[in-house]
Amino acid sequence: MRIRLTSIFVDDQRAALAFYTDVLGFTVRHDIPLGDASWLTVVSPEDPDGPELLLEPAGHPAVEPYRDALVEDGIPLVQFAVDDVAAEYERLVARGVTFTQPPTDAGPVTVAVLDDTCGNLVQIVSPQPV
Amino acid sequence: MRSVADVFRALDDETRRLLLDGLVARGGQTLFELCTMLVTRHGLSSTRQAISQHLGVLEEAGLVVTERRGRTKLHWFRGEPLAAITERWPTDREDAP
Repeated sequence: MRIRLTSIFVDDQRAALAFYTDVLGFTVRHDIPLGDASWLTVVSPEDPDGPELLLEPAGHPAVEPYRDALVEDGIPLVQFAVDDVAAEYERLVARGVTFTQPPTDAGPVTVAVLDDTCGNLVQIVSPQPV
Repeated sequence: MRSVADVFRALDDETRRLLLDGLVARGGQTLFELCTMLVTRHGLSSTRQAISQHLGVLEEAGLVVTERRGRTKLHWFRGEPLAAITERWPTDREDAP
């Protein structure tokens, strides 16, 4: 068994695509029209055959209260690995990204949490420099 | 009405004292951040609900204030209730033998 795809709910698929590609730096893997929405996935350019992230429309009525409660407490819904959280933080802040948690030493890793502008908090993580 | 007893009761717990330490070190933290801090720095594995309740006690005592930034709730330390203690029992009295 392998993890091939995971998903997050996004307010607007096109806005999400712009953020996840132009700002975060992922690339589109699939963008297949499917009724009113699309089967829209992105992958890391560093791992193009790796796990896909599905940007799923947030239409279900349960999504809003679920996400609101998590965002209120600062809880991220997805986590991405980066080489250097501090460098990514500088790069993304310069792009206008809002962080709810600045780079923080969390034992063996450094973490930070950002707002993806589509309704979710995203944690980035890098190993502690040796 | 808050009383000095509320402040002492709020302080009479190691987890709550560590939460205040964390907020003195850096204000404006989320519940998630504070939970991470307690686990990674102090090895405490209390539930998120328990930490939330501790923050509620501190907020009731006036030692923590919260404010929403966007959709996220952030916490800050507020030292003003501690001033009532040292006003009542000054720290600079030198008349003891």
